[in-house]
Amino acid sequence: MYWGSVSEFLAMGGYGLYVWTSFIATALGITWEVLALWRRRAAALADSRGIVRSIE
Amino acid sequence: MNWSKYSAPLAFYPLAGKMIPWFSAVAALAIAVGLYIGLLVAPTDFQQGDSYRIIFVHVPAAWMSMFLYVVMAIWAGVGMGLNARLSFMMAQAIAPTGAMFTFLALLTGAMWGKPTWGAWWVWDARLTSELILLFQYAGVMLLRTSIDDLRRADRASGVLALVGVVNIPIIYFSVKWWNTLHQGASVSMTAAPKMATIMLTAMLLMTFGFWMYSIAVILSRVRCVILERESQPAWGNPSAAPEVAEAR
Repeated sequence: MYWGSVSEFLAMGGYGLYVWTSFIATALGITWEVLALWRRRAAALADSRGIVRSIE
Repeated sequence: MNWSKYSAPLAFYPLAGKMIPWFSAVAALAIAVGLYIGLLVAPTDFQQGDSYRIIFVHVPAAWMSMFLYVVMAIWAGVGMGLNARLSFMMAQAIAPTGAMFTFLALLTGAMWGKPTWGAWWVWDARLTSELILLFQYAGVMLLRTSIDDLRRADRASGVLALVGVVNIPIIYFSVKWWNTLHQGASVSMTAAPKMATIMLTAMLLMTFGFWMYSIAVILSRVRCVILERESQPAWGNPSAAPEVAEAR
């Protein structure tokens, strides 16, 4: 473990704003993509008129 | 085992479904360990301070943005060469993920540029060519949705994707060919990495994690595309025309 305390970790040596914006934006991007895919899949299944049952 | 049967979209659908949980699990594990090492274990950089930790998402995102573009173009090329529907579906499924990673590479790059260079954005060769890559992804996706005939849409966007591959070596070598503000490659195929082992480990783990994540979401999206396309009513039936228009 490199950090001495939680506040030190969050401060990121004064670069906290930039570092955390980067990591949170990436996490949001991934979350958004997974949620969007989930909804797309639900919509596609609803419109698929049962072809999934015939193939799976 | 006859692998060629999986080139049929409806045969590939269940196979893709079986692979998704594995790729997702490996991705989650690699990203978790990568974040742990990158944020908690790795020491600070003596030149850049802790802002350097942005590379643990920036570099993997930038690599994926270029790599996914090439894979998308290859699938489009295979689709045109073999007239294979699943290949075009793969190309269609890759584009949004590639575009997202391109956007993230640009955004996290700005987050690194501000404290390091004093500017969110500069028009240097690396940044500009990466921005063009974002427009290329958008162009490939928009061209597909703007043409009603699916087969023509696939071909048109496939040609655009293939022509655009020329930008990938430009992005990759831009830091060598031009005098860019963006720093040169810290990791290359021809020389030993110019990074501490612990930092390199975290970066490679994150890259591997992003790679596995991409495979998982692309397989998941190609399943949606298969469903959307295969459940369309037959083209020959005139009474199905309004339904076809609606499905698109």
